[in-house]
Amino acid sequence: MSKTNGISIGRRIFNRIGTYGRSLVIGVPLWWLIIFFLIPFAVVFKISFAESLIARPPYSKLLEWKDGLMVLKLHLSNYGYLIDDDLYILAYWSSIKVAFFSTLIALLIAYPMAYYIARTTERRRGVLLMLIILPFWTSFLLRVYAWIGILKTNGIINNVLMSLGITSEPIVMMQTNFAVYVGIVYTYLPFMILPLFTNLVKLDNSLLEASADLGASPITTFFKVTLPLSMPGMIAGSMLVFIPVVGEFVIPALLGGPDTLMIGKVLWNEFFSNRDWPVASAVAIVMLVLLIVPIVLMRNAQQASAGASS
Amino acid sequence: MKKLLSTVALVAMMTSPVLAAEKVLHVFNWSDYIAEDTIKKFTAKTGIKVTYDVYDSNEVLEAKMLAGSSGFDVVVPTADFLQRQIAAGVYAKLDKSKLPNLKNMDPDLMKALGNFDKGNEHAVIYMWGTTGIGYNTKAIAKRLGDKAPTDSWALVFDPANAAKLKDCGITLLDAPTEIIPAAMNYLGLDPRSTKKADLEKGAALLTKIRPFVRYFHSSQYISDLANGDICLSVGWSGDVFQARDRAGEAKKGVEIGYSIPKQGALQWFDTMAIPVDSKNKDAAHTFINFVMDAQITADITNYVWYANGNKASLPMVEQEIKDDPGIFPTDEVKDKLWGAKVYAKKTDRIITRLWTKIKTGK
Repeated sequence: MSKTNGISIGRRIFNRIGTYGRSLVIGVPLWWLIIFFLIPFAVVFKISFAESLIARPPYSKLLEWKDGLMVLKLHLSNYGYLIDDDLYILAYWSSIKVAFFSTLIALLIAYPMAYYIARTTERRRGVLLMLIILPFWTSFLLRVYAWIGILKTNGIINNVLMSLGITSEPIVMMQTNFAVYVGIVYTYLPFMILPLFTNLVKLDNSLLEASADLGASPITTFFKVTLPLSMPGMIAGSMLVFIPVVGEFVIPALLGGPDTLMIGKVLWNEFFSNRDWPVASAVAIVMLVLLIVPIVLMRNAQQASAGASS
Repeated sequence: MKKLLSTVALVAMMTSPVLAAEKVLHVFNWSDYIAEDTIKKFTAKTGIKVTYDVYDSNEVLEAKMLAGSSGFDVVVPTADFLQRQIAAGVYAKLDKSKLPNLKNMDPDLMKALGNFDKGNEHAVIYMWGTTGIGYNTKAIAKRLGDKAPTDSWALVFDPANAAKLKDCGITLLDAPTEIIPAAMNYLGLDPRSTKKADLEKGAALLTKIRPFVRYFHSSQYISDLANGDICLSVGWSGDVFQARDRAGEAKKGVEIGYSIPKQGALQWFDTMAIPVDSKNKDAAHTFINFVMDAQITADITNYVWYANGNKASLPMVEQEIKDDPGIFPTDEVKDKLWGAKVYAKKTDRIITRLWTKIKTGK
């Protein structure tokens, strides 16, 4: 072996370590996604093609060796169920509906709040942001339970209303869709406020001044300048609310009534009451596909706005 | 009480003489389903620390068991669920040489359990009870008069009665395999029938009273009944008695009654079993044997107001409980009780689908 060869091998090894190191650093988020998203997804995807059995675990294997043959059995019927019975379509649809209206309500409440926080003095801003984040320090479950205490028949609201003589009979608020909306909007509001705030706080004041100088009324300025510029914040906030709400299970389970039909509950039923993990997996896969569409839309919108601003 | 229980478990852990390195027994039981001092006494006697966790539906337990590696050493499935889980290979066979207190058990009841677990190989009875009607006596009398049929399913399954109780709140257990058969029983059908047409008739009746039902839940009704937030629950006997106790303690004038309807009711058994992948099978046997001690079981019955399957414990059970026909039914009523049915997979799906239809109208 010649000397030059030895050097080039050494350099190659060194280079390779450098490449590995670099890809290692870049690879951390990638590995995160692979371990916590792709692999679980693959497992669920696999189960969605199995047959449900009374066994542990309660589904069949996809691959089997039979007389030296490898047999792959895919049970597509699990997806067939979802079409055969209108329950699933209704549940997807009503989940999307609930998510849509919750997002809309959250946006309407969050926008003025975020706007005020962004425009107020620096000192007050810190305090207000703190107040938005503070509830996160208590358990999410406790906060939903607190709403039960507020909304129930013998709860705070009814007690106040009745002692003031405004109503004679308690108003039934628990176990209604109203309670579900209250719970969802309350829980997800910070996820709407924070992206809106980070967007609005960057708003260039000189643009507003220019608008005013050119004779636009404050209302015109808001709709022609502020609102379009805050679009990325509104989209980010809406996605952060919309996507988790579609699959929300805990809030409708605790605050909702039996007629609150959401896909999270249907999934629970498939998994627990029917013990049909394959169909439950199929429901989850379809839900994921339904959610990917808005995610892609959001990415496109963000890229478009990034392209426009640069 | 759940909070109380975890406090008890915590105290048990702190006062335990053994070191942290010692193994811990993981017990998974129904909520509100053990005496306050049972775990403490167990740890004091055996030195085995216990982590005590609770659930409120068989489905949740079953999902954990079917997934495997649950980490639990003793669990308390209801007999029909037990049967299916045994078929799935979930439970270890009991080593009866480690369970000398089996001699305390009522042979008739253990024989009845044998319908679900052949030869009693996998489980012993923990408590048993019925699925009947819990009601707020004053609220019912106010709306239906003194002649309210509190001894009949008609109280809730007759739409005319249910409509009058809508404003004060009706709740049903979120347990389709208990509620649909009850409706079938009221209609004069065999509650254990697996015919689709029969199940659909039961569901149709439930759909009629559905507008008057506040919610479907299997544990929340205890405190809601006690507080007067609702006035009628189709629920589990002992849970209703706990609501009655709590209502008495709260002294807000709420009185709760429980009745096994004259048409009949579901009789169920909850059993103690050891998951096949338990890592502390010895300690698990010790625990089951400890619970089968006559005094310990009597303490539990005195606290949770459920009948047990432990004949030797009966002398220590409070007279008031023994005399309550809602807990220990008379022979006449006993004849009308039916046992849970284990359904085929297809029937399970029909029942779940009917249940969703009843609840959501879709």
